[in-house]
Amino acid sequence: MEISMVVDTKGLACPMPIVKAKKAMSGLNAGQIMQVLSTDKGAVNDFTAWVKQTGHELVRHEEDGGVYAFYVRKV
Amino acid sequence: MTTSASISSMKAEEAANLIIGGERLFILDVRNEADYADWKIEGKRVEAVNIPYFELLDGVDEALAALPADREVLVVCAKEGSSVFVARQLAEAGVSGVRYLEGGMKAWSEYVRPVKIGDLRGGGELYQFVRMGKGCLSYMIFASGEAAVIDAPRMTETFLRVAEERGARIRHTLDTHLHADHISGGRQLALQSGGTYWLPPKDAQEVMFDYAELADGARIAVGGATIEIHALHSPGHTIGSTSFLVDGTYLLTGDILFVASIGRPDLAGLAEDWAGDLHETLYERYRALPEELIVLPAHFGSWQELGERGAVAARLGDLFAGNPGLNMADETAFRRMVTEQLPRHPNAYEAIRQTNMGRLTPAIEEQREMESGPSRCAIHDN
Repeated sequence: MEISMVVDTKGLACPMPIVKAKKAMSGLNAGQIMQVLSTDKGAVNDFTAWVKQTGHELVRHEEDGGVYAFYVRKV
Repeated sequence: MTTSASISSMKAEEAANLIIGGERLFILDVRNEADYADWKIEGKRVEAVNIPYFELLDGVDEALAALPADREVLVVCAKEGSSVFVARQLAEAGVSGVRYLEGGMKAWSEYVRPVKIGDLRGGGELYQFVRMGKGCLSYMIFASGEAAVIDAPRMTETFLRVAEERGARIRHTLDTHLHADHISGGRQLALQSGGTYWLPPKDAQEVMFDYAELADGARIAVGGATIEIHALHSPGHTIGSTSFLVDGTYLLTGDILFVASIGRPDLAGLAEDWAGDLHETLYERYRALPEELIVLPAHFGSWQELGERGAVAARLGDLFAGNPGLNMADETAFRRMVTEQLPRHPNAYEAIRQTNMGRLTPAIEEQREMESGPSRCAIHDN
């Protein structure tokens, strides 16, 4: 999986992870994948819902040592 | 454009008092739809709309259209951050008096509201502590400078503070059973206050700490011999579940009998085995008790069970007449009801059981996460 952009929101609380991800999304071309890193556990449900609402694709998400990584493909 | 956007916070306590006081409250809940569907702030005169904050990042027009013109709005989110963000935007868009819930649903889940239930003999008093966000009920008995706490939540500070305010020493903490929906504060509170922690031995076979055994028929005195707590083994929700008869007047039923429902027997994975115990407790042991007893459960399933002043209580005789769990025609139908089509399990219930046995010691943030969402200890919960 080729990642075109990494958005690091570690340590930031809601709503900043999605605010930053949304801003970064506008700099992506269709088909490109963005990785968003967050330490906010609540981000899992929020990201899933946000990506669904925006019509993009949440390719997958994973957790490693308290850091959540979301891979979002711009449609 | 002016940006004299003024917003202010509202503590969980104020929100709870507004709701119980019968005031109208309009809530804009900005959490995602799944979390909102899972649990939310409810009450008789609470109106709410759910618009996730990430739909309001480019403007709040969608929210403006949904807000009432004549009332203050309380913005709610999981931990506060997003509600402040949205509240500011609403204020900048010209909405006045916007408030946000301080600490969000996290704080709402941890807030416990004391309500006096009644006087006990010898100047004693009985209080119920209502954890509105989660549906948990705890109790505190005061008598002659001593106190006992039943089914304490992990937020023990409230109980230590109340005891101190009243100049009472907490001598006993008791759990009606090994809880699966919330982390018990009973043991912690006993350690903090130098009291004794009581637990039914049949629920405590795997615990990693010392405790006093709550045997069937045990009598625990509060305030010298002023008030007596009489333990009555009443299995079914768990194999050790124990009810308490307080001062001959109040029946603390734990998670066996609620005002609008009855306990579920499946949270330790033994629904089939325990359904018969539950039936015997409800239809034989409780039946033999005086109908005048006031039932005080360890949970409520919905805000409709909150009575006047926000207390949850009912006469035992009234429950025999009206509670669906006490009115099944035969044991077969009863068994089916309590083993089939049960609600979802409480969040993280197995990890919560392990924590209450002292086999897991999660950090405080993790404990909060484990306890998120409603209790779901009754068979009729959503």
